[in-house]
Amino acid sequence: MSDALLDVRDLVVRYGPATAVDGVSFSLAAGETLALNGPSGCGKSSTALAVLQLRRPSAGEVHFEGRELTSLTERELRPLRPRMQPVFQDPYGSLSPRHRIRDAVAEPLKVQGRWHPADGPARVCGLLDRVGLDPAYGDRLPHELSGGQCQRAGIARALAAGPRLLVLDEPVSSLDPSVRAGVLNLLADLQDDLGLGYLFICHDRTVVRHFADRVIEMRDGRVTSG
Amino acid sequence: MEPEALLSVRELRIAFDGIEAVRGLSFDIRPREVLAVVGESGAGKSLMARALLGMLPRGAATSGTISPDLSAHRGHRISLVPQDALSALSPVHRVGDQLAAAVRSVARVSRKEAKARAVAALDRVGIPDAARRARAYPHEYSGGMRQRAVIAMATVNEPGIVVADEPTTALDEEHRDQVLELLAEQREAVGAALVLVTHDMDAVGGHADRVLVMYAGRLTELGPADQVLARPRAPYTAGLLASLPRNAAPGRRLPALPGAPPAPGTPAPGCAFAPRCPLAAGPCHTAEPEPREAAGRLVACHRWEELPHPAHDLFLQEPQPA
Repeated sequence: MSDALLDVRDLVVRYGPATAVDGVSFSLAAGETLALNGPSGCGKSSTALAVLQLRRPSAGEVHFEGRELTSLTERELRPLRPRMQPVFQDPYGSLSPRHRIRDAVAEPLKVQGRWHPADGPARVCGLLDRVGLDPAYGDRLPHELSGGQCQRAGIARALAAGPRLLVLDEPVSSLDPSVRAGVLNLLADLQDDLGLGYLFICHDRTVVRHFADRVIEMRDGRVTSG
Repeated sequence: MEPEALLSVRELRIAFDGIEAVRGLSFDIRPREVLAVVGESGAGKSLMARALLGMLPRGAATSGTISPDLSAHRGHRISLVPQDALSALSPVHRVGDQLAAAVRSVARVSRKEAKARAVAALDRVGIPDAARRARAYPHEYSGGMRQRAVIAMATVNEPGIVVADEPTTALDEEHRDQVLELLAEQREAVGAALVLVTHDMDAVGGHADRVLVMYAGRLTELGPADQVLARPRAPYTAGLLASLPRNAAPGRRLPALPGAPPAPGTPAPGCAFAPRCPLAAGPCHTAEPEPREAAGRLVACHRWEELPHPAHDLFLQEPQPA
């Protein structure tokens, strides 16, 4: 499929002698949510890291917006990285404890040279507002926020980079059900408005069934259905 | 007639530096029941559980009564299944020895008898070849086996009450159900009551006899689990249940509770849930509701009779404007 946002073919991830991902293929269109579901240790997160090229796969191909990533150098990957952003499970662990929320959200803009003192702060406020956080929270440190608020800040930071694909690795698994519902609604709204593709990794089948357009079941590094 | 209580909690209050985290909680634990305690993070569930065990952190000021006080019989008449099975076992002692030590801490039995009871407990939780595995160290066990060993430890002295504090939080769905089934089975085997503290409403259905819903350190709803799940009477319970994807109507938006629970020490004059409650009106903003008998359970809500069923639509929020 050439019009896919993401096309993964025969992906293999090995850690030493252990094979975590053993020939996984799937594709994902813009505006679509594809879930990877399966028990702990089935290779879901290793697949996510390999898609993001945070862990270079041992074999296989990852096509993203028409470019094959596994053959690119770090330097060649750099301009593509903002277009594929991760959101991780532990909302506190994925934000620096010593950076204020607004600095964490501003970071991708600064790294990409898109930060302008004139409109930067307003853009950060806009992003916080977009994820349902009162911009006043920008002055806080992560530990001063609840888990759900922190996760929203993590999503705002991912959006700041201007992504087309979000790789969501158990983004709601550490949240209370009531808070989880709000974050899932936010993700659904963002997808509707921005046409983002979501690779959604989640071990909870009830969440997956509700949230995903398509589901791939994994076990022992292989796709068992989907 | 009310079944006789195994343990009664009355007007329990727990405060740190004058800030109350549990604010006047009363309920009974009945013999052999599975009582689920649910609520969001910060509701005071874990503190309440720690109070039953006499394991409150230093600096906690408590009032009210827990009778009988079993804290001197921890590990014997009341025991804990902690959240993290890995850190609950000593890495430098053999698993069987740790269980045998637990036996000998409460019963005057020979080492041989203690060891036999340890092996029997490991066997009962389904550790294969228990006599041999008893001589292994925790790092030689898989995660699932460690979890089983911790449950064996909590039941080896046949306590009257087992308190499980978020035993399934870190587990995936498949393992969660296995652990809950094992807990239920072991509770049955030793004739204990199980207090299951969890923020996972999905874990309650099918596993609990009664459910205690807590919010901001108080009782919101307490009643038979099947009835509470089928038809919640407190708006907070209804919101929690509505937000579960399994209960959601098809479509992409889930009902959700707006806002967050109040920080301890900042009680509004009225019901603590009022700022997030779609039904809040009049008295909700001025008087904290007390638990009252309603529809075969206890409900602390001024307006419980106004709660529609199903209540999903009450908690559906419009998408935020882009």
